[in-house]
Amino acid sequence: METVIAIAIGVLFGSGLWLVLRPRTFQVITGLLLMSYAVNLFIFIMGRLWVNAPPLTLGEGVPDPNTFADPLPQALVLTAIVIGFATTALFLVVMIGARGLTGTDHVDGEEGDE
Amino acid sequence: MPTPEYLLPLLVLLPFIGSVIAACMPSDARNREAWLAGGVSLCGLLLVVWLYPAIVDGGVAHFRLEWMPLQGVAFSLRLDGLAWLFSLLVLGIGALVVLYARYYMSPEDPVPRFFSFLLAFMGSMLGVVLSGNLIQLVVFWELTSITSFLLIAYWHHRIDARRGARMAFTVTATGGLCLLAGVLIIGHIVGSYELDAVLAAGELVKGHPWYVPALVLVALGALTKSAQFPFHFWLPHAMAAPTPVSSYLHSATMVKAGVFLLMRLWPTLSGTPEWTWIVAGAGVLTMLIGAFAAIFQHDLKGLLAYSTISHLGLITVLLGIGTPLAMVAAIFHTLNHATFKASLFMAAGIIDHETGTRDMRVLRGLRQALPITATLAIVASGAMAGVPLLNGFISKEMFFAEALLVGGSENWWMSWAAVAMGVFGVAYSLRFISVFFGRLPVDLPRAPHEPPRWMRFPVECLVLLCLLVGVAPGLVVGPVLEYAVESVLGARTPHYDLAVWHGFNLPLLMSLAALVGGVLFYTALRRYYDLAARERVPVLYRFNGAQAYETAMLRLTAGMSWLVKRLSTRRLQPQLLLLMVALVAVPVLLARPPALLVFDPTMLAGADPLFALMWVIGCGCALAAAWQAKYHRLAALILVGGTGIVTSMTFLWLSAPDLALTQLMVETVTTVLILLGLRWLPPRIVPRELNIKVPRMVWLRRSRDMAVAVIGGLAMATVSYVVLVRPQPPSIGDFFLLRALSEGGGTNVVNVLLVDFRGFDTMGEITVLAIVALTVYALLRRFRPAPESVALPAQQAGGIDPASAQTPAEQAERGYLLVAGVYLRALLPFMGLAAVYFFMRGHNLPGGGFVAGLIFSVAIIVQYMLAGTAWVESHLRLQPHRWLAWGLGVAAMTGIGAWLLGYPFLTSHTAHLHLPVLGEVHVPSAFMFDLGVFMVVVGSTMLILVALAHQSIRSHRVPGSTGAPPRADQAQEAG
Repeated sequence: METVIAIAIGVLFGSGLWLVLRPRTFQVITGLLLMSYAVNLFIFIMGRLWVNAPPLTLGEGVPDPNTFADPLPQALVLTAIVIGFATTALFLVVMIGARGLTGTDHVDGEEGDE
Repeated sequence: MPTPEYLLPLLVLLPFIGSVIAACMPSDARNREAWLAGGVSLCGLLLVVWLYPAIVDGGVAHFRLEWMPLQGVAFSLRLDGLAWLFSLLVLGIGALVVLYARYYMSPEDPVPRFFSFLLAFMGSMLGVVLSGNLIQLVVFWELTSITSFLLIAYWHHRIDARRGARMAFTVTATGGLCLLAGVLIIGHIVGSYELDAVLAAGELVKGHPWYVPALVLVALGALTKSAQFPFHFWLPHAMAAPTPVSSYLHSATMVKAGVFLLMRLWPTLSGTPEWTWIVAGAGVLTMLIGAFAAIFQHDLKGLLAYSTISHLGLITVLLGIGTPLAMVAAIFHTLNHATFKASLFMAAGIIDHETGTRDMRVLRGLRQALPITATLAIVASGAMAGVPLLNGFISKEMFFAEALLVGGSENWWMSWAAVAMGVFGVAYSLRFISVFFGRLPVDLPRAPHEPPRWMRFPVECLVLLCLLVGVAPGLVVGPVLEYAVESVLGARTPHYDLAVWHGFNLPLLMSLAALVGGVLFYTALRRYYDLAARERVPVLYRFNGAQAYETAMLRLTAGMSWLVKRLSTRRLQPQLLLLMVALVAVPVLLARPPALLVFDPTMLAGADPLFALMWVIGCGCALAAAWQAKYHRLAALILVGGTGIVTSMTFLWLSAPDLALTQLMVETVTTVLILLGLRWLPPRIVPRELNIKVPRMVWLRRSRDMAVAVIGGLAMATVSYVVLVRPQPPSIGDFFLLRALSEGGGTNVVNVLLVDFRGFDTMGEITVLAIVALTVYALLRRFRPAPESVALPAQQAGGIDPASAQTPAEQAERGYLLVAGVYLRALLPFMGLAAVYFFMRGHNLPGGGFVAGLIFSVAIIVQYMLAGTAWVESHLRLQPHRWLAWGLGVAAMTGIGAWLLGYPFLTSHTAHLHLPVLGEVHVPSAFMFDLGVFMVVVGSTMLILVALAHQSIRSHRVPGSTGAPPRADQAQEAG
């Protein structure tokens, strides 16, 4: 499991990295989406991998912390996902606005040599 | 009677409050403004007089308000004799200046701004003199620099005003930064920034190896503020300010802040050879340069400015000498200089006001036109020159006596410098009063006559004071001066005798020599040198501080723009490349991975094959998206969505149901969002179809980026693996798990964390969400699409497809979307119910405000996608702005509710209600907070998506075309 997740994070991050360095705004926004998956997963795994142990303390009595997944990274990632949506929206609006104003979808607002 | 402790903060706050009120007044309320400003000054003055008993016989009044107690930072005020004297000066002259300014300022000037700045300055200056804490003193110090900047640039349409203001601000604010550094060193040595502690730690500071740097830095602050050599050049340029400002800030008070600081820190820093050399050295040079340059000015205010520089130099010399008697003379002369110089500036302003010019080459014989003003100005000039029976004479004689004492046989030059300064002083005073004698010219810009009664009144008051102090010094200022001196010197207070007549002695002889020498020097200059024809100050013009300043600023600007050109770029790609390389390289280098991890098939042991397969798909989607994002945007978007689904399933697999739900819903809205945006991007044709070969440079760049991406991915994977195979250290997560039910009243720990334990954080987050949504909305209001994007897409405009003739609503009613239409409309209430369900159970089971809000938004978005904006909005009144406002309001009110019950912000409380049918229900206050979260999420998601969708039905003006915009009913909805 650990290996699969680690490779997955690496692949998502690498793909995002490649796209973020591309010259077209749509490539950059796609790259940011992929990168945010990678980063969210990365933060999430700081609580290690737990199967069938969601942080729901439904049982009677004092819960034993060693039998539940760590809720803290989950809470952090939850807010990160929602904020990620907001920033994507902002970037998208800037992207189409810049496209209208400059006539190009190059990230610098003018055609480079690529 | 209220205790002095509470009068002190009132004293400092009053002018600031007045400043705010003044700023809100209409621009033609000249009289009301003046009454307000005058009232504030007089109230302050009353307070100061009321506080007098507190400082009698060395008493000190304190006020302390803890601010950051753990850091030892407090708002602290401290009133002793010296502070009292300076407060009196600031408020007394302030009141007179306000009265004067009422008549000086023309009705066309924006007076509210003037009085507002003036009052703000008054407050800042009071803050400087009353501060009981060194850091706080520096803050007020910089505030005086800022208000001075604003006041010099009051007539900001004039280039000299802007230039002078900039120069003054640069010099004094830079000095202020030096002072801050110096104060930090002193605070470090002493271990406290409180003035009481610093004043008591003189020996400790002087013996410390950091004493000299601290002294140099503090001196830099004081010398720049008090316009001392080599920083004196800013003061003459500050004369572009209105005359009341010159009179108040640049002669009587602000420039005295420098010498005030030297007096204040005198017990801590003085008494060493370094102190004497730095302070007295700068003082002597300033005193001589200022006095000499003053003689050769043609502008009345220019002469007074240089004379001010010279007198400040004199006070600095006295402080540098460092004997207790010199301190007495310094404080006394500060007081005297403020009175006579303020009155002279006002007289110069009256002359300017009445004749329209300040040029001494033109002005003559004003005594005939302005007899009373002339008499007053001549008396004040006498005080400036040091004529007996006027206040300037007494303090100057004290100065001569001290100069002689230090001078003696060894430092004989000191005595000569003092006499030379006296000679020059008499000469420029004569030059000043020369405008009153002779024959009145007929070609003046305005025919002069006496100013209004109340404009002259402040001058009369000040000149009367000059006379009173000059005749009976002991009676008028004796006790006040004594308490001020005592507060600085403490037990070392010397015995001194404030008297006009000390018998025939050497200082008296020096005074007489200066008077006679000055008269002779001036007569000689007039007869043989032709003062009026000289354009520059002999000898000294070579050392032009202002020129050096301008050159330095120019070089600095040029150097910086060179650096910016060299070190920075406006292109995004190199910036991102640097950022990403740093992001990957720095942690890897810091973490120093033990050895390169080699992949080994055994590492896959224990992995669920289904999970592995899932990620084979996820990774494949990501790689394919990266490959296709340039030419096939829609495909790339779908592929990214695939990765998102896999991520969501991973969360579900790994015990994070809340995350899985949120990710799934966000995935949906993000896809809709980007689909809406795709319409506005340019079409892109694959170069292979155009037979374009990719240049080599581009290949190289792509290879480099590919290398960065691969290395970055590998590094991230390695770090993740290394983290995962290590056992988890104890985390604060355990705390939340243990307390979620007992203290948060919920079993879903993630939700309890969000709405209870970390509620404040979530509050901030939903605020950000609301701000982003509003920003998107605002940005889209001015949206102008590219010309080729305005026309209908080919698929919709062609007419080949019969559906393109129908509106989206018609398509859903009876067109090809009929089945989907019936189905999706029937689904709406159920999706709403699902949202309510997930919301209600959120505290105990996966769900909550975020998830429910997203589900609700998706329910409505689906309707938009089906039947178009026009149909949805005619059937459903949805006001996303209100959702935002109500949501934020509900969340904030829940938090504030805790205050009302005496708990910290956002403290949660669980109420147990007994309802008739449902039985006992637990309603935690976090539930209300979650409701706010829900509403904000719905509001912002809807606002963003709907605003974007509306772009397609707006009629756009095509840039560069004059034709009528396409009709709205022909335009199409997107999505």
